[in-house]
Amino acid sequence: MKIEMKGINKSFGTNQVLKNAGFVLEDGEVHALMGENGAGKSTLMKILTGVYTRDDGTVIVDGEEVVYKSPQEAEKAGIVFIYQEINSLFDMTVEENLFMGKEITKGFGIVDKKAMRAKAQEVMDKMGVSIPVDAVMGELSVGQQQMVEICKALMVDAKVIIMDEPTAALTQSETEGLFEVIESLRKKGVSIVYISHRMEEIFELCDRITILRDGTYIDTKYIKDITMDDVVQMMIGREIGERFPKRDVKIGDEVLRVEGLTKNKVFHDVCFSVRAGEVLGVSGLMGAGRTEIMQSIFGNLSRESGKIFIDGEEVTIKNPRQAIAAGIGFVTEDRKTEGLLLEKSIAENIEIANLKKVSSKGVLNKKKQDEIVKQGIEEFRVKCFGPWHECNNLSGGNQQKVVLAKWIYTDPKILILDEPTRGVDIGAKKEIYDVINQLAAKGVAVIMVSSELPEVLGMSDRIMVVHEGTVTGIIDAADADQAKVMTLATGGSL
Amino acid sequence: MEKNKKSIGAFIGEYGAFLALVLLVIVISCVSPEFRTASNFLNLLRQASFNGLIAFGMTCVILSDGIDLSVGSTFALSAIICAELIMDGVPAGLAILISLLAGTALGVVSGVLVTKGRLQPFIATLITMTAYRGLALIITNGKPISRLASSIESESGSFLFKVLGKGNLVFGPNEMFSIPIPAIILVVALLIFYFVLHHTTFGRRIYATGSNAKCANLVGVNTTGVKISVYAISGFMSALAGLIMISRVDSAQPTLGEGYELDAIAAVALGGTSMSGGRGKIVGTLAGVLIIAVLNNGLNILGVSTYYQEVIKAIVILVAVLSDRKR
Repeated sequence: MKIEMKGINKSFGTNQVLKNAGFVLEDGEVHALMGENGAGKSTLMKILTGVYTRDDGTVIVDGEEVVYKSPQEAEKAGIVFIYQEINSLFDMTVEENLFMGKEITKGFGIVDKKAMRAKAQEVMDKMGVSIPVDAVMGELSVGQQQMVEICKALMVDAKVIIMDEPTAALTQSETEGLFEVIESLRKKGVSIVYISHRMEEIFELCDRITILRDGTYIDTKYIKDITMDDVVQMMIGREIGERFPKRDVKIGDEVLRVEGLTKNKVFHDVCFSVRAGEVLGVSGLMGAGRTEIMQSIFGNLSRESGKIFIDGEEVTIKNPRQAIAAGIGFVTEDRKTEGLLLEKSIAENIEIANLKKVSSKGVLNKKKQDEIVKQGIEEFRVKCFGPWHECNNLSGGNQQKVVLAKWIYTDPKILILDEPTRGVDIGAKKEIYDVINQLAAKGVAVIMVSSELPEVLGMSDRIMVVHEGTVTGIIDAADADQAKVMTLATGGSL
Repeated sequence: MEKNKKSIGAFIGEYGAFLALVLLVIVISCVSPEFRTASNFLNLLRQASFNGLIAFGMTCVILSDGIDLSVGSTFALSAIICAELIMDGVPAGLAILISLLAGTALGVVSGVLVTKGRLQPFIATLITMTAYRGLALIITNGKPISRLASSIESESGSFLFKVLGKGNLVFGPNEMFSIPIPAIILVVALLIFYFVLHHTTFGRRIYATGSNAKCANLVGVNTTGVKISVYAISGFMSALAGLIMISRVDSAQPTLGEGYELDAIAAVALGGTSMSGGRGKIVGTLAGVLIIAVLNNGLNILGVSTYYQEVIKAIVILVAVLSDRKR
């Protein structure tokens, strides 16, 4: 199926999000759509699939101009959109989710469970994933849920599949599985639109790339003709310098030491330490227990045994309040459900973590409030209309900056960052890296959990690798490469 | 998109409850000369005070993403406790204090069931609602306790007890102004709630807990403590309203306050507070309380049958809540 979108304009209220945007998708190609958050990639795709109506412009599918009025209509024409946000019914089973609205029946509305199970299993096998079809959706990991979403798209006979950040929550092996599926789809003549911030994936997978900036079409190139730096430059319209800025920090004394941290069946005998000014990268596959270890150190997850020492003294941490009092800050993996009060303003989000600082004797002090919030917005360059701007309406990168800002004013000695750049565009990523470097320079001990290997390798002083709840190695970043980390992450030894 | 340049739509969204209130007052005033007298307005405020006090506590609970169905039963049980103590010869001041503490403790029980017991607020307070009503019936053996004021021996105690519900603050030349004490208590409570919710760290914690408890907990908010506190506040306010009631009618009976939880919830909803917590204003609740009071009072004066009153109230609430949602 060939799709041509030309001169697309779209405004929401007074805010024009697409200005002369468009792209051309050829039969059986994998086409990357790149741009910073807010560049209009998702909006453009939502216009194609009938989620939004366009103000202006033409969409030509196989030589005919079309207007799909709803996603269902686009789906009937063979165009399927796999959203970034998981759109599942969490209380229902995998199979029920896969067939929602298109159940196989024996007639009279009686569902044919056997047939659906068989079909679901077939699709799962084709994808090379082993998720039980009768598992309850809400009990699966985020990665597994995403895989189910992808399977859902494969259930219909799609000619064009649009994937928005499909690998954001997938493990390495799941990602490889997905790539194989994409490869086989391409061979069958299915076209794929691939939206991702992960440059490495795009260069591995895609044939061509179209770049959008501020809602405008910039250029389309063959992947083989360009470099990653070219792409970044086209995306942000300027050079940003090195992707992982170097820092020159003198590493100080040990700040945090963890000994024998154990939680039955989740993690076992975890021992490590971090020093002042050091960045400890934590790598491992999805579900290896990295997040759980960090949650436990922060007192948000109970454990059977283990000791935590801060500045050489043992501390008791049973809840987040004790952790914060001990000088730990924690930027959680999921900023939407755990990191932010989404429906609240930037100011309220920064203040809630710093209530003692902005009040005296329990009464809020307007001057102190304004001061800290203004500083946060300026220092972190949060793009917003003002302190009262609701976090819901910020881009991912700006949301993450608010989360960082709220922690930094608590003056932590140790800052744990769990997937700090997930779903964040390249420009904002760089700014987050800069913040991490500034913190390290101030003598904060930073722990950065990340699933992006280039980021771990580029930002860390040392890298701790976790496999099935056990630390399989802690290596100096200078000696590390992707192969070594992956070997440890899959349970091998060096 | 400047904050101070809000559209008319946003303005209506924000102050819709007050606009509705003003509209109602104007309409009923036009039709009924009896309604638009000063003495009726003061009477109306007195009538509104019970629901108002309870609804203020309810606002805190709902802001924290909870609900308190036990307010009516708490109202009755703490009033009964006060009445029994008075009949047993306990000084009125002490009886009132114990009653308020009892109300607070009854709220704490709901809070503990919600937090430590991990029960859904609806279920937890359904349980306490039923239990407290039962206790009130057991203590009184189902019979009303009457002639409370005359049972108080000390004169000052008797005065204190009577003034709560029946008293008026009289001032001005020739004592031309006379404001019911319950109305004054309502206004003072409003000011305190406004200050606590909008100007204290505790207020912030309530909003944060209701907005996203997981996130609030991770930044060091003791969400368990916040939740128990809001139920305690709700219990205290219910007890306070109960005391005003028994002072006013000079008797206490175990069936007091039946259905009050629904009036309070309706007032909070009318005031634009989100039922899923995190968003809402105490002045909105005040508007909600007054709308309900004006409807009750106005429709009575107009001689509308009580059967129709219920339906009219339902329609007003529906319209108000729908217009609020368009924001």
